[in-house]
Amino acid sequence: MTSRIINHPVLDKVDDTDIVTFTYNNAEIHGLRNESLAAALLANNIRTLRVHEESGTPRGIYCNIGHCFECRVTVNGLQGVRACLTPVQEGMTVSSGEKFLTPVKDWRSNNE
Amino acid sequence: MNRVIVIGAGPAGLSAAITIAESGYEVLILDEYMLAGGRLLGQLYEEENGKWWNGIKESKNLHDKAIALGIEIRLGTPVSNIEKTDGSWVIYTDEETYYTHHLLLATGAAEVPLPIPGWTLPGVMSVGAAQVMTNVHRVKPGNRGVIIGVNVLSSAIAMELKLADIDVACITLPKKNQVNKESGNPMDVMNSLLHVSHMAPSAFVKFGSKLMKNEFMKKMGITFFPKSGVKMWDIPIMLRKAVINIYGENTVEGVTIATINASGEVIEGTEENISADFVCIAGGLYPLAELAAVAGCPFYYIEELGGYVPLHNERMETVLDGLYVAGNITGVEGAKVAISQGVTAGLAIANNLSGGKQEVEIKEAIKRIEHTRDNAFIQFHPAVKEGKQKLQQYWEEYGQQAKVEVTI
Ligand SMILES: Cc1cc2nc3c(=O)[nH]c(=O)nc-3n(C[C@H](O)[C@H](O)[C@H](O)COP(=O)(O)OP(=O)(O)OC[C@H]3O[C@@H](n4cnc5c(N)ncnc54)[C@H](O)[C@@H]3O)c2cc1C
Ligand code: FES
Repeated sequence: MTSRIINHPVLDKVDDTDIVTFTYNNAEIHGLRNESLAAALLANNIRTLRVHEESGTPRGIYCNIGHCFECRVTVNGLQGVRACLTPVQEGMTVSSGEKFLTPVKDWRSNNE
Repeated sequence: MNRVIVIGAGPAGLSAAITIAESGYEVLILDEYMLAGGRLLGQLYEEENGKWWNGIKESKNLHDKAIALGIEIRLGTPVSNIEKTDGSWVIYTDEETYYTHHLLLATGAAEVPLPIPGWTLPGVMSVGAAQVMTNVHRVKPGNRGVIIGVNVLSSAIAMELKLADIDVACITLPKKNQVNKESGNPMDVMNSLLHVSHMAPSAFVKFGSKLMKNEFMKKMGITFFPKSGVKMWDIPIMLRKAVINIYGENTVEGVTIATINASGEVIEGTEENISADFVCIAGGLYPLAELAAVAGCPFYYIEELGGYVPLHNERMETVLDGLYVAGNITGVEGAKVAISQGVTAGLAIANNLSGGKQEVEIKEAIKRIEHTRDNAFIQFHPAVKEGKQKLQQYWEEYGQQAKVEVTI
């Protein structure tokens, strides 16, 4: 089981009392307020965030800091949201990344 | 419009903003991440004086100082494009468009991916991803991991995983292929490993690295490198093995490794499986400079700096008017160097705004970068100083060229 590191020999203890509830593919999930969606899901042992648009093979986080776009999910109806950059909030509706019109998204064309 | 804009709230961007605000100018920082601190957040290691470098605390100090100075920091704000129109810089984000005369790019570095069969399985992540999960989010990337790629970053992060009580089965090499020629070659890896020996508490590795400072001994070192590997922080480092495949049904279940010879070729029939529920890929770092590229900065490839870097001078000014760079976008180094570069860029900007009041301070700040570099605990490339000299040379040549063009 993947789990949280509450106590650490050097870093401060984690405050794990501020819990929020959200849904992932309709299942109820508990996370800590403002932690990333990717972290909250992993703490619940969920690694698969989407399936590849063409081959259907599963994908999870890769870089965890917003560079690779492997962690795209749908949040409150908005597609292509990076789970590693998104803070978890109470009542969020999250689902696995869905098929894009163009399989590869170029982040530089976001503003078009 | 008089407000300075900084892209990136890492150590370079925060330090620059603090310096600018201290000189009395308004600053706005934009960052796509959810916390300020950039890649400093995940850093954790014991320095030679026995003190811990705690990235979370260092980031918080910089952040709090910035806020106290009235600096506005907009997180969760990815910048998708920048351009110069009508004499000012235009910054595009998902929601708003910003304008400024003085723009600093402090976007840091990114990790080089190493494509290995099976690397798209959930549970395979970059080594930096595991660092952030463990130290920043405090969620275990898994219970037992294999790290592919032996370099400064993977050695440091392996130790951080151990600290958090996460089992690291081994650190080993990727199978050599067209893409990863260097990171798959034991000789090159040995060179980089010698470089981290001061971080290793293991006497064997320390002794070994002194012993192996010449080419012949290095080659011998690999040939005699025990197949089961030497240990650093009690983690076997296997330079005689390489991962040829990552396997698992829907998530990682393990890796297949095989013995390799001194030039990195796989010896057939030596394959064996190691079980793991996560795999970290450590391909090294490169400067993240897309925005400087779309702005039209000239670029130079400098291996010692980690890849393509935008041309800039010692004051962190690019050749484009009002565009500055600081931190890892100018070459991959540790956070302390990024901080001193940020201070220098901040002074250069304040100086341009004030009509030359910070000249003396800038000279001192430039010297401080050198000093910080000389005393750096982590050095991603042993010849980084030479890389910086090359860039300076390019800057001077570029200036000459520009002058010639003007006279013609
Ligand atoms: C994964 C990783 C792990 C590292 N680990 C270590 C380590 O353990 N020890 C060490 O000494 N060094 C480490 N480094 C090197 C590290 O880059 C430096 O130590 C230091 O953090 C560089 O500071 P910086 O301010 O230049 O960039 P960063 O700290 O990387 O900060 C850059 C900031 O810019 C933001 N950004 C980038 N692009 C955009 C955009 N388009 N729009 C909005 N915001 C953007 C990022 O979100 C980030 O917050 C690591 C680097 C990486 C990439
Ligand atoms: S994991 Fe790479 S962008 Fe989220």
